[in-house]
Amino acid sequence: MAARLLDVRGLHAQYGAIRVLHGMDFSVEEGGITTILGANGAGKTTTLRAVCGMVKTKGEIHLSGTRIDGRSTEGIVRLGVAHVPDGRGTFVDLSVEENLRLGAYTRRDKAEVAADFERIYSCFPRLKERRHQQAGTLSGGEQQMLAVSRALMLRPRLLLLDEPSFGLAPRIVQELFEILGEINRQDRVSMLLVEQNAALALQLADHAYLLETGRVVISGTAERIRNDEAVRRSYLGY
Amino acid sequence: MAIACALPFVLSNYRVFQLTLALVYAIALLGLNMLTGYNGQISLGHGAFYATGAYVAAILMDRFGVPYWLTVPAAGAVCLLAGFLFGLPALRLEGLYLALATYALGVAMPQILKYRHIEGWTGGAQGIVIAKPEAPAWSGLSQDQWLYFVVLLCALGMFAIGWNLLRGRMGRAMVAIRDQPIAAEAMGVNTAMVKSMTFGVSAMFTGVSGALGAIVVQFVAPDSFSILLSISLVVGIVIGGLASIQGAIYGALFIQFVPNLADQISKAAPWAIYGVFLIAFMYVMPTGVAGLVRLVCVRLGRWRR
Amino acid sequence: MNALLHQMFSGLASGGIYASVALALVMIYQATHLVNFAQGELAMFSTYISWSLMQAGLPYWGAFFITVAAAFVIGVLIERVIVQPVENAPILSVVIVFIGLLVILNSLAGWIFSYTIKPFPSPFPERPLFGNSYVSSHELGSIGITLIVLALVFVFFRFTPLGLAMRAAAQNPASSRLVGIRVGWMLALGWGLAAAIGAIAGIMVAPAVFLEPNMMAGILLYAFAGALLGGIDSPGGAVLGGFIVGVLENVVGAILGTDIRLTVALVLIIGVLVVRPSGLFGKVRVTRV
Repeated sequence: MAARLLDVRGLHAQYGAIRVLHGMDFSVEEGGITTILGANGAGKTTTLRAVCGMVKTKGEIHLSGTRIDGRSTEGIVRLGVAHVPDGRGTFVDLSVEENLRLGAYTRRDKAEVAADFERIYSCFPRLKERRHQQAGTLSGGEQQMLAVSRALMLRPRLLLLDEPSFGLAPRIVQELFEILGEINRQDRVSMLLVEQNAALALQLADHAYLLETGRVVISGTAERIRNDEAVRRSYLGY
Repeated sequence: MAIACALPFVLSNYRVFQLTLALVYAIALLGLNMLTGYNGQISLGHGAFYATGAYVAAILMDRFGVPYWLTVPAAGAVCLLAGFLFGLPALRLEGLYLALATYALGVAMPQILKYRHIEGWTGGAQGIVIAKPEAPAWSGLSQDQWLYFVVLLCALGMFAIGWNLLRGRMGRAMVAIRDQPIAAEAMGVNTAMVKSMTFGVSAMFTGVSGALGAIVVQFVAPDSFSILLSISLVVGIVIGGLASIQGAIYGALFIQFVPNLADQISKAAPWAIYGVFLIAFMYVMPTGVAGLVRLVCVRLGRWRR
Repeated sequence: MNALLHQMFSGLASGGIYASVALALVMIYQATHLVNFAQGELAMFSTYISWSLMQAGLPYWGAFFITVAAAFVIGVLIERVIVQPVENAPILSVVIVFIGLLVILNSLAGWIFSYTIKPFPSPFPERPLFGNSYVSSHELGSIGITLIVLALVFVFFRFTPLGLAMRAAAQNPASSRLVGIRVGWMLALGWGLAAAIGAIAGIMVAPAVFLEPNMMAGILLYAFAGALLGGIDSPGGAVLGGFIVGVLENVVGAILGTDIRLTVALVLIIGVLVVRPSGLFGKVRVTRV
């Protein structure tokens, strides 16, 4: 069994007085892709925020054995966790290239950063075309590419993605997920993917967790859940 | 209340004079508190309205021979209008920007008062000296004691007006606008009208206070109404307690007596103390002395039971 | 004509000062959406520091650079110790804290250095350059220094990684954390830079208005006017606004009389806030209900 990159046990999370997550257990394997599925309001976004230290949590979060719960967001990021938030979090007033440069802000290896720029630009030629353009003027699909690219510029060990398919045309989503798969295979970037589009997510991921009002109700390999008609129909709607 | 009436007879003339001034400031603070504490509109320039009231009184008394007790309501009326007019363009300004605009008003006021084209009226940089009102023969009081009671009466009147206003519909509308402006608007409160009216009323109180102040001090000059006056008023409502009527009294006592005491340490000391207290109160006692008193009373009440 | 030209150059010189202070104001505003009412007093206090250093025997430029560094440190400290605790407090509290700071700095200066007006040296020669009658050497030198400072600030923000990080932290603190930027320290740095810029402005203006605790009060007002005119969230706009206000103030003062100058600032401020609050170059903000 592969080693766990991210190991979460007994995670509770709250916004002020409102409890949103009630004791979740889940993990992401080294080099694996785990997806968290569920309806609106189930707590998926909160889960990613919790891993990043953006909400108040109780419970244990381990990254390769190091405890990261309770640390500041900046600190967790510097350990190699990149988060593509819902809404993309683009720096809309800065240029595309500046956005990417910020992704690599914490890195010291200049030559490697330059190499990564080249790779991103060859992977996403549209970003190269618009490198000096203001990020806010890009289309939805392009902004999503930019958001993912910025996260990749960190050379993260773990990539958190919050509903990357949201608001995008099906063709673009397909393209995006193919690229994610490639990145996972080639660069061994582990991923924690939160998605409403269950079909797509289950195709990409190895493991899946189903969230309902802050609790994990079903977990298992993506393949098993994909092939379980009962689960698909009652929980995932297809 | 009884103490307030008895004081002028036991204290020296100078102390009575100081207390009278404290009462004057209390009226101004109530006015500012209405605007800032209850209605949430920051004003760093209320010294300008105080100055306006003072000059109206001085000009009426000195140039037109109007009896002193008439000048007070006149000053109030002028400032009511001035405040309302200033409140109209200020409607579009929120928090920070309003603070900026009123700060500009406060800083510019002394210069406006010195403007040479109106020197004939204002007496320019030297200002105007006013004759001290005589106590009527039947009262048997000294001038200072008489003035004290006149001001006390005015203060009582103004506080009554203020109390009524704040307890009524207007007061509730003011607070609603402070706390939830959009909801208030949606519920039918004419936000624009209430905010402008509040500015006007607040200016009126401060103008009345200015007129009384001018009469008590017997002198108006542009440099006494600098931005430092506006800042003193803000200090007063913060120390006394925002959104509190008694706060006006505590604050007034503070800004009247602390500088006198602190002056003996050094010239710079009063303002250093103001600054430190301002910051300290914001961290530690945001509800001011009035809040502290309320807390103590509640605790005492509980302990008695 | 002569007189008008002279007024314009004077206006540019004072405009440079206003532009610097306006830039400092905008830097803090961009990062925190707050206007630092104590900016002028910070500059004044820093100028006193350089005066003390010179009294102690340091040469002008030595005192200049040490003061700028000291101002930077003071700015950082003020942000970390006094401003950061009230970061999320209601606006009234924050304004009051700033006013408190203003008052403390003012009285501290008066207490330590006394209220007597002191002359302050200028590093530029007494005689006007090329013997012209329009602009003194100090005014020209002042404009020059202002432009150099502004250029350095521009280069810093546009071309260095730290400058980029500070811009990012000001625009979008949440996303900045997600790329590992320590947003709190970016704010402190912004305050430090603003204080340093203010110190330079103070040192440049002191020879003309003489050193005393209240020397910056009027200048702060003009800087506000300039920042608002140019756009309170546009650094370039604020600088331009500062220069415009400087020239305007001098020219109007020459025509209508110098005693009305502060009123010009007042009218300008209120006018801009009412007619076009975002200024000439700022972004128009729409509030969603």
